[in-house]
Amino acid sequence: MSRLPRGGRIDRNQPLDFTFNGQPLTGCAGDTLASALLANDVRVVARSIMHDRPRGVFSAGIEEPNALVQIGSETMLRATQVELHDGLAATGLNGKGRAIAGTDAGRFDKVYAHSEVLVIGGGGAGLRAALEAGRRGDRVILMDEQQEFGGRLLNAEDDAWARSTVAELAAMPEVRCLTRTTAFGYYDQNLVLGAERRREGERLWQVRARNVVIATGAHERPLVFANNDRPGIMLAGAVSTYLHRYGVAPGRHAVIFTNNDSTDTLAAHLRAAGITVAAVVDLRRGGPITDTEGGSQGLTAVRVGSDWIPCDLLCVSGGFNPTVHLFSQAQGRLRFDEGLACFLPDGTRPGVEVIGRAAGDFELDIKPVWLVPGDNEDWSHHFIDLERDATVADLGQAVGRGMRSVEHIKRYTTIGTGSDQGKTAGINETAIIGTLTGQPIGGVGTTTYRPPYVPVSFSLWAGRNRGELFDPIRVTPIHSWHVAHGAIFEDVGQWKRPWYFPLAGEDMATAVRRECQQAREGVGVMDVSTLGKIDIQGPDALTFLNRIYTNAFDTLPVGMCRYGLMCRADGMVFDDGVVMHLGENHYLATTTSGGAAAVLDWFEEWLQTEWPQLEVRFTSVTDHWAAIAVVGPRSREVLANLFFGVPLDAPRFPFLAIREGETQGVPVRLHRITFSGELAYELWAPGWYGLALWEAVMAAGAPFGISPYGTEAMHVLRAEKGYIIIGQETDGTITPQDLGMDWIVSKKKDFVGKRSFLRSDTARKDRKHLVGLLPVEHDELLPEGAQLTLTAEPSEPVPMVGHVTSSYRSATLGRTFALALVRSGRERIGDTVYAPLPDRTIAATITEPIFWDRENRRRDS
Amino acid sequence: MIAEAIRRSALADYADRFAFLSAASNRGLSVREVPFLTQINLRVNPSETGHMSAIARELGFALPVDPNTVASRGGRSCLWLGPDEWLIVARPNQQTAVEASLRSALGEHGGSVVDVSANRTVIEVTGPAARDLLAHGCAVDLHPKRFEPGHCAQTLLARAGVMIHLIDVTPTFHLYVRASFAGYLADWLLDASGSD
Repeated sequence: MSRLPRGGRIDRNQPLDFTFNGQPLTGCAGDTLASALLANDVRVVARSIMHDRPRGVFSAGIEEPNALVQIGSETMLRATQVELHDGLAATGLNGKGRAIAGTDAGRFDKVYAHSEVLVIGGGGAGLRAALEAGRRGDRVILMDEQQEFGGRLLNAEDDAWARSTVAELAAMPEVRCLTRTTAFGYYDQNLVLGAERRREGERLWQVRARNVVIATGAHERPLVFANNDRPGIMLAGAVSTYLHRYGVAPGRHAVIFTNNDSTDTLAAHLRAAGITVAAVVDLRRGGPITDTEGGSQGLTAVRVGSDWIPCDLLCVSGGFNPTVHLFSQAQGRLRFDEGLACFLPDGTRPGVEVIGRAAGDFELDIKPVWLVPGDNEDWSHHFIDLERDATVADLGQAVGRGMRSVEHIKRYTTIGTGSDQGKTAGINETAIIGTLTGQPIGGVGTTTYRPPYVPVSFSLWAGRNRGELFDPIRVTPIHSWHVAHGAIFEDVGQWKRPWYFPLAGEDMATAVRRECQQAREGVGVMDVSTLGKIDIQGPDALTFLNRIYTNAFDTLPVGMCRYGLMCRADGMVFDDGVVMHLGENHYLATTTSGGAAAVLDWFEEWLQTEWPQLEVRFTSVTDHWAAIAVVGPRSREVLANLFFGVPLDAPRFPFLAIREGETQGVPVRLHRITFSGELAYELWAPGWYGLALWEAVMAAGAPFGISPYGTEAMHVLRAEKGYIIIGQETDGTITPQDLGMDWIVSKKKDFVGKRSFLRSDTARKDRKHLVGLLPVEHDELLPEGAQLTLTAEPSEPVPMVGHVTSSYRSATLGRTFALALVRSGRERIGDTVYAPLPDRTIAATITEPIFWDRENRRRDS
Repeated sequence: MIAEAIRRSALADYADRFAFLSAASNRGLSVREVPFLTQINLRVNPSETGHMSAIARELGFALPVDPNTVASRGGRSCLWLGPDEWLIVARPNQQTAVEASLRSALGEHGGSVVDVSANRTVIEVTGPAARDLLAHGCAVDLHPKRFEPGHCAQTLLARAGVMIHLIDVTPTFHLYVRASFAGYLADWLLDASGSD
């Protein structure tokens, strides 16, 4: 055991059992997995990704490149950051993580927070800054990635100041102290994201701060020498941390290899812990270590000159890299400081301050040595990036191929692309590029620091947006009835809509056939509450409608509806719906269920940017109204049972008329409109009456065998009539003329999109036209999306003339049918086209895109 | 006549779960639906002072012109939604009267007055833990120094659009949410209340 008899911040009275690679071990409360492994003399934690070399704990923090482990479904965790707990079971990785199938059982969530001051880093500088702001009365958030505030102060003998400062901060009501929280991303306007590690999962902090104080300290960097990757070779500061914070001796016989004075007191501390110090190799004064030797358990000796010095611990310091990542993410520039031999913030950014060691606020006597030659010309064991197993030889090859830019070389060598983001490798890489190419280090620069500063799990991004909460599920006021009556649902945008209502033993095809028959022969009912609805008021309402729709509304009397079509400025069909004329200067437009928000935005955009002089106002009323379609030859009889005061006969309530009625105290607006071609009505009532009205319709329709139908039957019924669906027959490249809907395109007035019809491309004769398709074999169902050809066995490259947009089995027609967009389709009526499929080819005859009641007798009956 | 007996609010099914949450909360959190409020969307050009003062006479108070504020008196509130848009909120069953009075203030051709009472329902979240609960899904700064009683905001709570109105310093928040999103938001609130 390498646990020291005393010292450290661990609790020796609280032993914790854990396993590593299946081996049972014991640590203490307060240990990280890394300190516990070292306490158990586990020196080899992982193996390297390319060369399968044994690797051990290298650091004591977030910069760890070697000691990567898997714990449960969490992979690529740094043992230096994993807090030990009872029962923890970790496995060392061979450079690569393993994705585990299944869901993450942890609870991940998100919190938004705001503060005048956000201090990132709770070491001495950060604590002072937080205290100052807190005493001023500011709202302060203090974040630190470790389990305790204090940073390097935790290695000191006396932590009284840190302790009392943390206590004072914790007592301030406007100060929020977050340990175990890594600020990993700086975004515009001082938005900082932090990941908090919690027992039950992780929490994403989204902090918006007036001032961001970066007090992230500095990372020690290693020296680059031959065979510098063996277990037992550690950063000198990490050795100090294991001694002082965790009461662990990471070895028995140590050598110190340094180029600066930060290690001056280390030898004494090692000796005080009972570790012999065989040599101090200080590049400021003497010769280098030119090689190391090791066995299966890591380091056994280092070579200085001609001597091999036995040791199992090599404490390395090559200087310090201020942790400037977040400042760089904030678009801050860096400069190379020759005195400290490191990159420092250059200038400032608004609302961002860098303090403490991160700003270069430290003293260091350093003799920069970036490359320590070995005993020969072989550079293939001088590791620069331990996680990526990338060496000086790899870098030399990149330079030999002519690369000069650190960004190119990074991508060629993979240095800095590991999950540690090259925290111990990057600056050495820059300096060695400078050495090999004769450029100044500051001229080479660093690679670009981008968020995230540390790997972030997908679960953290997802937070609670998973399962039922993945995305809003929108439901209508009648939804509970649909659920209770066995509806199978379809997602339409965020809406859940009944797809079909199977009776016991029915499959989908049977249910849909029955639902269609019911609507064609008796009466069916459908929840159409999802329709987008926009109230339009103002003296210029009519002018606006005339400009935005392709058709005109001048002749639409109050109390009547009219179907309308809209195009984008490019002349392509955008949305459609029914416009209801409710009163003088008062209209209501319906939109497609998925298009409501886009249409309202479209209206507002044109009004606000192009026609601000128009006096017209829009209000979304989509959710205010429940809407129920009562459809079929017997629908009038059902309504007669509900609305005693409303004459329903065709002359007095003709197609496209609007009436006001009331049933059981519910005020209802009745519209005679159809999306099936049958005699049909839409009943609208405020949403909170939706369910009651639906139940009233069901009761009134019971004598006529009324039954609900879903979106699939609706699709079949409308396709039989050749009614288009936006997004199915259209895809943003289809004009009204392509759809054969010239009749709805006004020749007299101007409207959005009209000028585009003069373009040669929209005017050409060989555009794709909407047509009907009748498969030659009456039972063959064309797959929607199938490409169409003019010959059954075309030669490659296959000339395609169009595709199937909608395809169904029709009980009414007693056969399958489809709608399709076919090049020059209207000139090909009667021709045969082919849909070559992997297993067969379906032949179909081109027809007019209408299959049912061409004369609209049923609609108008 | 309004058929109150058969009227059903968007979150009628959630009453028990809200009550359970409120009872189980040891942190002072209470959630309930405030259904059927009268809500009238009003759009009018604020530079038309004649319209503005006529509306003030009808309401008994002036429309708030400071962004994201609410004016209230006599059981009626008016939420600022935009430079030319407000939401008038009153006790249930007053939509016909309020709509008519606003319409009369505007005359035949001014602005727009739309009954949207069933468009949104209101979820009341109250208690000392209310801010922490909302912070799980709301990017707006609701700190008492920044968001005071009489302030309102239109924003996202989780992934649903909401209007948030702070009623009092308890704090009591009224969340206006579209009826079709209400179930989602209720589920989200119930789930988020399980976070600390």
